[in-house]
Amino acid sequence: MKYAYYPGCSLHATAAEFDTSTKAVCSKLGVELQEIPDWNCCGASSAHNTSHFLASAIPGRNLILAEKLGLDVASPCAACYQRLKVADHQMKHDDQLRQKMTEITGHNYQGKSQVKNVVDVIVENFDLNKVTKSLNKLKVVCYYGCLMVRPGKLTGIDNPENPQTMDQILEKLGAEVIQWPYKAECCGGSLPIYDADVSIKLVWDILRVARDSGAQAIVTACPLCMSNLDMRQAAVEKKYGEKFNLPVLYFTELVGLALGVPPQGLGLTDKHFVEPMDCLRSQKVV
Amino acid sequence: MREVSVSHLQAKNDGYVRKIEEESGQKVSQCYQCGKCSGGCPMSFAMDYPPNQIMRMLQVGLLDEVLNSTTIWVCASCLTCSSRCPRGIDIAQVMDNLRILATKQGNTAKGKNALIFHDVFLNSVKNNGRLYELGLAMQVNLKTGNLLKDAELGLPMFLKGKLKLLPHKIKGTDEINKIFAAAKQMEAE
Ligand code: SF4
Ligand code: SF4
Repeated sequence: MKYAYYPGCSLHATAAEFDTSTKAVCSKLGVELQEIPDWNCCGASSAHNTSHFLASAIPGRNLILAEKLGLDVASPCAACYQRLKVADHQMKHDDQLRQKMTEITGHNYQGKSQVKNVVDVIVENFDLNKVTKSLNKLKVVCYYGCLMVRPGKLTGIDNPENPQTMDQILEKLGAEVIQWPYKAECCGGSLPIYDADVSIKLVWDILRVARDSGAQAIVTACPLCMSNLDMRQAAVEKKYGEKFNLPVLYFTELVGLALGVPPQGLGLTDKHFVEPMDCLRSQKVV
Repeated sequence: MREVSVSHLQAKNDGYVRKIEEESGQKVSQCYQCGKCSGGCPMSFAMDYPPNQIMRMLQVGLLDEVLNSTTIWVCASCLTCSSRCPRGIDIAQVMDNLRILATKQGNTAKGKNALIFHDVFLNSVKNNGRLYELGLAMQVNLKTGNLLKDAELGLPMFLKGKLKLLPHKIKGTDEINKIFAAAKQMEAE
């Protein structure tokens, strides 16, 4: 299978390891990713907080570029994914928006390309015969957050209150996947300004519940969740006087290990703030 | 809260509230105050009015209070409320429209820093087509007086190869500019 790849701005910067690991996993699975030529930012929450039109027009240009390639879109970043899904829906249903976009880009959007989250792309193209390493009962909780889950009727998530997509595949790969109540809770990642008094409490709650559920690591597929849980974990520990040392991993990093990609090729050795290698070694996953 | 005459307020603000309903496509009037939205709202602890109260205040026309609330600015757009509302109201969309209206009307005291962020963010997209994270962090810090505390994370991020030092400019910035121009024109209409 071949997809139009939409990395989005984070994967070229703060979420570099999500980009690397997504590409590594797809290449192992024989999934070809063609980066959308000249893609632009999805506008994130700044666009939908500013104007209804910008909210769909900015990401909409990328969908038009993908449609010209004749390929379905693969989007790893959960935030971009949600914006692309909303834009696709709006461009199909809002005639004025579609007309404006035709005027601007010279292409009349048909909505032929489906927008897919990379998790779904991996699940759909998965081949258990390609697994070379067991995740060895590593105890994980899957954290889906908001953006790949809601709005449920657009994201196509299996169950908006208790999603299972990542859980099921990681279980097949040998991980011990723990069911927990915070799968689709919000980490505050979409807030424009990180408020040290407000957002930090949400992150603290998630870390506590994950640890108390018995997790050795949290698995996510969202760069915003990753920043909050991984990069800001030290700040939470300082504020609440509680040590977590709980690694946060991209879904694609764990799948990559199971497919035999070395940790260096996934960004596991040098990109994380909470060092994950000791934990992975202790469970003989690497 | 002050004493108000509901019928008087309703008459005065009815047009605005109906405009919000129209622009958001959400029937605020359908809310029957079950409170489910507020029960699941992760930010309610930091709000002055939980989301169900905002809905009720809109129904009775307490528009000034709503537009000057902390609620609309601490709402994280997580959509938990929207996905659970038994009346099918997309409350998060209403929050979006309230922020946009508050901005237009200049009720921005509590949203000042958020608006600076959105402004700098969208400018980066307008100029380059993509977000230039380092530039965003530096400008927002400058304009808000160092609110993005992530500045202290700058060096470690750089060392992990997670910060790009220069922006990337796409070729299609003329299309992006046309999109922004169209948005401006629509707003004026
Ligand atoms: S969940 Fe819906 S009906 Fe219930 S209080 Fe909130 S907005 Fe009203
Ligand atoms: S979208 Fe806003 S109001 Fe609704 S649950 Fe989330 S934070 Fe609360």
